[in-house]
Amino acid sequence: MALDNTGQRVFKVVGTRPPRPDGVDKVTGRALYGADMSAPGMLVAHILRSPHAHAEIVSIDTSAAEALQGVKAVVTAADFTPQEDEYLDDILVNCLARDKVLYDGHAVAAVAATSADVAKAALKLIKVEYRKLPHVTDVDAAMRPDAPIVQSGRSLETVPEGMSENVTSHCEFGHGDLEAGFAKADLIIERSFTTAATHQGYIEPHACLATMGADGKGDLWCCTQGQYNVRSICADLLGIEASQLRVTASEIGGGFGGKTTVFIEPVALALSRKSGRPVKIVMSRSEVFLATGPTVSSSTDVKIGMTKDGRITAGQAHLRYSGGAFPCGTVDMGAQAAFAAYDLEAVQTLGWNALTNRPKEAAYRAPGAPQAIYAVESVVDELCQQLGLDPLEVRLKNAARKGTKSSYGPTFDDIGLMATLEAAKAHPHYSAPLGENQGRGLSAGFWFNFGGNTCVTLNVNTDGTVGITEGNPDIGGSRAAISQMAAEELGIPYDKIRTIVADTSSLGHNDVTDGSRVTFSVGLATIKAARDAISKMCSRAAQIWGIDEEAVVWEDGAACPAGPNAGKFPPMTLAEIAAVSFNTGGPIAGHYEFNADGAGVSFGVHLVDVEVDRETGGTKVLRYTVFQDAGKAVHPSYVEGQMQGGAVQGIGWALNEEYIYGEDGRLQNPGFLDYRIPVASDLPKIDTVILEIPNPGHPYGVRGVGETPIVPPLAALSNAVSRAIGKRLHSLPMSPPRILKALSEA
Amino acid sequence: MRFVRPETLEEAATLLGQESGVTRIISGGTDVMVQMRSGLVAPDLVVDLKHLTGLRSITPEAGGFRIGAAVSGAQLGEHEGVCALWPGVVEGVQLIGSTQVQGRATMVGNLCNGSPAADAVPGLVAADATVRIMGPNGSRDCPVAEIPAGPGRTTLGKGEFVTSVFLPARPERSGDAYLRFTPRTEMDIAVAAAAVSLTVDAKGVVTAARVALGAVAPTVMLVPEAAAAIIGTTLDDAAQAALAAAASAACNPIDDKRGTIEFRTRVAGVLARRAALIALARAGGQN
Ligand SMILES: Cc1cc2nc3c(=O)[nH]c(=O)nc-3n(C[C@H](O)[C@H](O)[C@H](O)COP(=O)(O)OP(=O)(O)OC[C@H]3O[C@@H](n4cnc5c(N)ncnc54)[C@H](O)[C@@H]3O)c2cc1C
Repeated sequence: MALDNTGQRVFKVVGTRPPRPDGVDKVTGRALYGADMSAPGMLVAHILRSPHAHAEIVSIDTSAAEALQGVKAVVTAADFTPQEDEYLDDILVNCLARDKVLYDGHAVAAVAATSADVAKAALKLIKVEYRKLPHVTDVDAAMRPDAPIVQSGRSLETVPEGMSENVTSHCEFGHGDLEAGFAKADLIIERSFTTAATHQGYIEPHACLATMGADGKGDLWCCTQGQYNVRSICADLLGIEASQLRVTASEIGGGFGGKTTVFIEPVALALSRKSGRPVKIVMSRSEVFLATGPTVSSSTDVKIGMTKDGRITAGQAHLRYSGGAFPCGTVDMGAQAAFAAYDLEAVQTLGWNALTNRPKEAAYRAPGAPQAIYAVESVVDELCQQLGLDPLEVRLKNAARKGTKSSYGPTFDDIGLMATLEAAKAHPHYSAPLGENQGRGLSAGFWFNFGGNTCVTLNVNTDGTVGITEGNPDIGGSRAAISQMAAEELGIPYDKIRTIVADTSSLGHNDVTDGSRVTFSVGLATIKAARDAISKMCSRAAQIWGIDEEAVVWEDGAACPAGPNAGKFPPMTLAEIAAVSFNTGGPIAGHYEFNADGAGVSFGVHLVDVEVDRETGGTKVLRYTVFQDAGKAVHPSYVEGQMQGGAVQGIGWALNEEYIYGEDGRLQNPGFLDYRIPVASDLPKIDTVILEIPNPGHPYGVRGVGETPIVPPLAALSNAVSRAIGKRLHSLPMSPPRILKALSEA
Repeated sequence: MRFVRPETLEEAATLLGQESGVTRIISGGTDVMVQMRSGLVAPDLVVDLKHLTGLRSITPEAGGFRIGAAVSGAQLGEHEGVCALWPGVVEGVQLIGSTQVQGRATMVGNLCNGSPAADAVPGLVAADATVRIMGPNGSRDCPVAEIPAGPGRTTLGKGEFVTSVFLPARPERSGDAYLRFTPRTEMDIAVAAAAVSLTVDAKGVVTAARVALGAVAPTVMLVPEAAAAIIGTTLDDAAQAALAAAASAACNPIDDKRGTIEFRTRVAGVLARRAALIALARAGGQN
């Protein structure tokens, strides 16, 4: 797609920082989140969960629960039809266990009752007979031939013979002659790494309100990143047509990828169908930890060869991921992303996914990339340390650029990695002095970004204001960015526009808010919808002036005659055209729908300084700077917010966050006390430097920015700690006991 | 569940003494409410004490202070006299939770909740504080160190409750300090903790000391060996090392998701040494 601005366009609204339209509602408490919806006659549902990591369900007896006064419906897997499509059936089985419970906290039954107390009392009356089975929660253990089998018959044909049945898929990427590459190296380093599963840690637990009448029509309110996705999954699982189910997304208290699937929604709909009453389910925090998506856990071997002057000659990675008890394709993305920041002649990545008795993985910002890039960037850093090379110079020397054949196949177009590295090099942070027990870490990061199916309607109101209807829940300020792009295109002030997120019956399909796609794709559709409305307004003006449509142009928010030959008429503003629209053909609206391509990959570089307390193993983050190519930053504050948020989540992942399993395969820390996300006082201000290398795939040059920032922190922190203490850790998180142990082994 | 706000201490003692079911007392409620909501406890009787006369006041007594059982962390932190006399005790209390939690949380609730990791308790033990207890048989005083009995348990008898904490007077050139280790800077639970209270003479020699450790045994504990390691010294390097070693030697921690035995044991010694140095500085001494 041709870039309109080719660097020349002077933006009026894009690039400014207007207040977010949802801000007042959120700080005053008026915003309606998932749990804020209620309906007359509503029931409350609670879910019975497995106390075992792995067990056969011999029988479930719900009769006593059903007989309890106030209980209106009980559902189990028996209330649903198994799905032929394996992807859907996995979602269904994750919502309610069928023959086996596959992880601690796996849902087994649900009760809807007139009060929470009754529902909880009823759960205690459900008799489940389990036959405990051996379990496995570690990915490497799960891949051994003698490991307990989590699910049988799930391996794809890509899996080599002789591996455990737990291995469900295998992938391979790369190019060039590895052997020849390693032969050219002066130093080859080969290391193994592990990362713990982490949770997205969104503040709002999953919540929904479902109604389904005897006429088979349903309504569902829920907090989700994608109401259309919820609709299609729920309609399939309940055996109803999509048109009969309307899904409305509430305001969302964070998602980070974790709200791109369903956990409670089909259960609430089934309970409502059975009871004939509205049913609300709100998960507790411990349910969120136990049974909603953490990331994969990973175990990775990386081997890299380098010449004395810092040229990488070959790179290889073997990645073993576990997405929990169900097949998971996240390792493919890790294997593609691992070496994406490098221009390599020889590179190979192999990936395997293995089943473990853990909850089903859900996406978390740049799924699969942080783990892989952590391992690669750690080895690159160690090579730099051993060869006495500057880690930034080495990255510049090897950086992927326009024309590089990427490690995962495609050849890169305009990308911002070099510019980002140069900006880091020039920044005062990179040369600031360090004190005792302090270290500076650096890492590059990458994410693909995504476009996807998108649909936007732009309504021109008769009072000269504009309403935009789009279908993607606003997680990071997208309503503001969308209004800004419309204001830019239409030439009217930002505050004349209100953007709302539509329910599934009000607009065509929109893919989930994921893949950093919304500002890019919905923004692009908005620009096109605005142009559609503009052409209609020009045509109305032409009609009023009695001249040809082609003789009218749109300038500064008004239709004008294209030139002196077109006739002499004063410009007609959007408001003036709208005011008379009922007399010129009726309401004016612009539409656009497409499957967006050209999202444009994104690179970032993070710099961090830490200080380690050698006596306690505690790590303090002293200074942090994020450099990232954002394409055009439509609302720079939100871009900075994404960069800061990703860094903070990555810091938590690197230092403290982890799913901890006991010998019994049960999760030890399903709560925020022992699952330690950083608090404000743990962090320095995260400084940000936005680079704007326009994406050729968007008229304003916009790229997705939401995922890349969580990729570099893992390695950046690990590299910083390694330089501070003179020892490298190979496992995340680098919690104080692990650091102290490493120090005492010196 | 019954919720009662008695008019007098005696009435509270009678109510609690006669109840056959599970009872809980509310001073600040920051443990009780959370435990009830999470389903950890379902009390039959909840007795609210915080409105009773004297329970929210801080009164000078015999050169020290008597602090009502319902005095919040925030209230304690604003009391200049207590802060000047026992800064280490106050800093322990003020580590509890956040600003919001401080508005409610009390030392007595922290003590009677019985957590081995309670942040207010090591400081109180090091300070040799006592509590005044009301019960069906009247009132008695007891050293704080003797209240904890194990995780979630105290030595208080049936119907007994605490009405105040007494922080004693202390000699000139005295100081105290409390340190805990948590992976996060706030909103966390101590993985190891140490409080030190000491007095030095004009030459800077430690003449008296008490060392208490938290989160490294089933209860907060007083470690006389650690105190002995520094009494008679100026807290020179050798004394510091001996203190840390004695503190570590006294540890009997659990291995769990929050920290390994090895980690807790080592860090307790480090914290005892660092707390002693802060206490020494507050006492006006130098090492
Ligand atoms: C967000 C949060 C963060 C926290 N952070 C910390 C922390 O960092 N460190 C820490 O140590 N704790 C922490 N806590 C726990 C709690 O706040 C403290 O233990 C607090 O000191 C309890 O005091 P309270 O007055 O609120 O106790 P309450 O909840 O009122 O009572 C606690 C227990 O003591 C008993 N009790 C109360 N009053 C009396 C009495 N007068 N006589 C006898 N028994 C009594 C009750 O029956 C109950 O068992 C935190 C709690 C929350 C919610």
